[in-house]
Amino acid sequence: MSRSSTLNRRAFLTVALAAGTAVTFTADMALAAGTKTKPVMLNAFIRIDANNRVTIGSKNPEIGQGIRTMLPMLIAEELDVDWSQVTVEPTLANEALYGPQSAGGSRSTPVNWMPMRQVGAAARQMLLQAAAKAWSVDAASLTTASGQIHHKASGRSAPYSAFIDQAAGQPSPSLASVPLKATSDFKIIGQSITGVDTPDVVKGRAVFGIDVSLPGMVYAAIELCPVFGGTLASMNEAATKALPGIIAIVPLNSGLIPTGPNDAVAIVADSWWTANRARQTLKAQWKTDGLTGFSTAGYEQAAAALHKGEPLKTLVKVGDAGGAMASAAKTVSARYSYPFIAHATLEPQNSTAIFSDGKIEIWAPSQTPAAGGVMVGKVLGLAPEAVTVHITKSGGGFGRRLMNDYMVQVAQIAKALPGRPVKLIFNRADDMQHGFYRPAGWHQFEAGLDANGAIVALKDHFVTPSDKGWPVRAGDMSPVEFPAKFVANVLFRQSMVPTNMPTGYLRAPMSNAMAFVFQGFLDEVAEAGGMDLPELMRRTMGAARAVPLYDRGPVFDTGRARGVIDKVCAMAGWTGRTKGAEGKGRGFGFYFSHSGYFAEIVDITVTQGTRIKVEKVYVAGDIGSQIINPMHAEQQVQGSVIDGLAQAMIGQKIQQVDGAVTQKGFGDFPLLRIDAAPAEIEVAFVKTDVPPTGLGEPALPPVIPALANAIYAATGKRLRDLPLRLGA
Amino acid sequence: MAVQLTVNDAKRTISAEPEKPLLWVLREDLGLPGTKFGCGTGLCGACTVMIDGKTVRACMTPISAAAGKHVTTIEHVAATPVGKRVTEAWVELDVPQCGYCQAGQIMSATALLTAQPKPDADAIDAAMRGNLCRCATYLRIRKAIQSAANAGSEGAKS
Repeated sequence: MSRSSTLNRRAFLTVALAAGTAVTFTADMALAAGTKTKPVMLNAFIRIDANNRVTIGSKNPEIGQGIRTMLPMLIAEELDVDWSQVTVEPTLANEALYGPQSAGGSRSTPVNWMPMRQVGAAARQMLLQAAAKAWSVDAASLTTASGQIHHKASGRSAPYSAFIDQAAGQPSPSLASVPLKATSDFKIIGQSITGVDTPDVVKGRAVFGIDVSLPGMVYAAIELCPVFGGTLASMNEAATKALPGIIAIVPLNSGLIPTGPNDAVAIVADSWWTANRARQTLKAQWKTDGLTGFSTAGYEQAAAALHKGEPLKTLVKVGDAGGAMASAAKTVSARYSYPFIAHATLEPQNSTAIFSDGKIEIWAPSQTPAAGGVMVGKVLGLAPEAVTVHITKSGGGFGRRLMNDYMVQVAQIAKALPGRPVKLIFNRADDMQHGFYRPAGWHQFEAGLDANGAIVALKDHFVTPSDKGWPVRAGDMSPVEFPAKFVANVLFRQSMVPTNMPTGYLRAPMSNAMAFVFQGFLDEVAEAGGMDLPELMRRTMGAARAVPLYDRGPVFDTGRARGVIDKVCAMAGWTGRTKGAEGKGRGFGFYFSHSGYFAEIVDITVTQGTRIKVEKVYVAGDIGSQIINPMHAEQQVQGSVIDGLAQAMIGQKIQQVDGAVTQKGFGDFPLLRIDAAPAEIEVAFVKTDVPPTGLGEPALPPVIPALANAIYAATGKRLRDLPLRLGA
Repeated sequence: MAVQLTVNDAKRTISAEPEKPLLWVLREDLGLPGTKFGCGTGLCGACTVMIDGKTVRACMTPISAAAGKHVTTIEHVAATPVGKRVTEAWVELDVPQCGYCQAGQIMSATALLTAQPKPDADAIDAAMRGNLCRCATYLRIRKAIQSAANAGSEGAKS
């Protein structure tokens, strides 16, 4: 199926992928089907055929963020070809060859902005060198445009394709020093380019993980222990095996528990529907000793009790928060919380594999396909070269597919059926009940204000879920949560509630929760100080400057923060804290995450006392000097905003009873539907002179507190627990 | 059991259990994976297809219920003028993000504009609320439907 799976070709180019790291590219991109003459590969990413058609390899997993389009745009720009002559192909997972290939942390743009441009520029230099030799002229006298090379003095012109054989033999220039275009010369970067897969999507031809089809393929459904950490005790294997269409019953280890015991059973059949239906006959029994006491109600009671006592440990202590609080002109305290939530990608987790001759080949909708391949190699005891991973399109990611449980599972099933391709698909309930959830959290805040409303002391007691005495994955709290670096006396402390819930990173992890609790609480602080939240932000940050957050690493630029705050206030015509007309309210939120600065204003109407309608959202963001593909950038922001609203206002909450998740699907874990989407989400980017950063995540966090603050403005009710609910 | 039906204008005979959902017949038996599995309970709309011009959830439709009928899937939706306008508007506005729900969205939008060529904003939301988009491309879905409706009325004038 995958066009990049069949052929291995050696490339001819040794280049420095990152400063100081020399990487020999042994290219592994296939020839496009149907080409009559042989295309020539200039490096691992670029192939040019005799008709001057340019094929560009796109290396990162596409999960809806537009990366499969965006990375080739960077290469095409510096190669100096027209986008209309470009065909984009996905590459295999091979980080030694292509560099990092993950989709996470909004990192793809900052990590690839220079290397992808350098790859394109290096190939252009090789073409220029070849043309200079062929024409016996100085390479410096040549220019390029639209995939053509021109020599002005002689009036000669020729397409790149005239030089591809010679170019492939040229030494590659160092990527680190290859000349790049000036921003003002960009022809592709900065243009709205249609997604490369869009024409296939509207015809039903785009291949997602679940669509992978191999000759002789069979299908697997999976019965996973409903209680996390439990193991298989018994099952009615014979009864299930006897059903028509059933091919095999394969006990396996889900990858969630230590190797050894099994905590899942795959049913393999000639149809996934048959396999899934047969599960009810399996009657699997599980050993869950010591695990059934975990419950949502238990966590909430424990957190409330912990908040009444002394915290377990100190995370941050600056100055004397207790003393400053005692002498403050005014104090404000509030308790905030958020629940576990699921990623709920629309394409359920799935993966396809074939195991034969001691090797495995896997097709996976994964955000970290290379890491998944490593895990598979470990579980099956295979050398890295015995594992091949094909990156498929993903029907959403949101962080769920950073985890590769489905790859490990399908690998074990495939190994049990050598020579037969097998596709594993979770059903919706499996997907909802076997996720890696955004962890819940509980915060008890107290702030002290001076007579001018300035924050002089800030305390937080953060209760987070834990496993073996440590906060769960994605259950950490940054010691520099705003405004910690701007307040003289800070005390952040932590307690823990044990859980057996698997947790993970969900779009803008940590930030999606911290933005709500901190910006919600700061709205209360601002009100107590007689101002609105934008004004409190400006006064707290002070003059424009770069504030180091840690000893090294990211800085917080108050000028950039101020820029988006002022911009969004101008867009919305923000006039300070005002009592809205009947049922109307407006709220503000700001957050800095994933290197992006975002300020957002939400306008709502509350009807019948409890019904919240979001009318319009204003967004101002700063992700640096360049918006690479404006049409996709706007989509990312609008999608992030609605994603945040869904977390906040439609009742999303994963609940646990007796150690197991009770939600089964979109009935009890709703996604936001079109009639609840705002009529308008106005997006503006403030450009500042720093290299561009990512956009998959940072627009999400601020909308949640902006909504909560708007509800307060409209109704006078402070809602401090997600999901937000007015009324009973 | 053998079931005869017409899929995308081609007559097909399916050998399957009568309860097997149309979704899995399309995906597994007919090689038409454009129709997607999202929930299996009719709540997400990813599996929306048309039977005799009316949208159904293929995950909840036993193949026996499609016997003798005309099924249209995303692979063939552009064969009608309305479906063509809808898919063109979808590309023009680049509606998809991940794209997984979009087959269902396009089927529902095509059914809406076939029945109601000039829907207002409320009618669009009402007709489309059965189709979830986890990436939340809803603003562009609305715009694309309006754009396709306008293209239709221009076509009628000329």
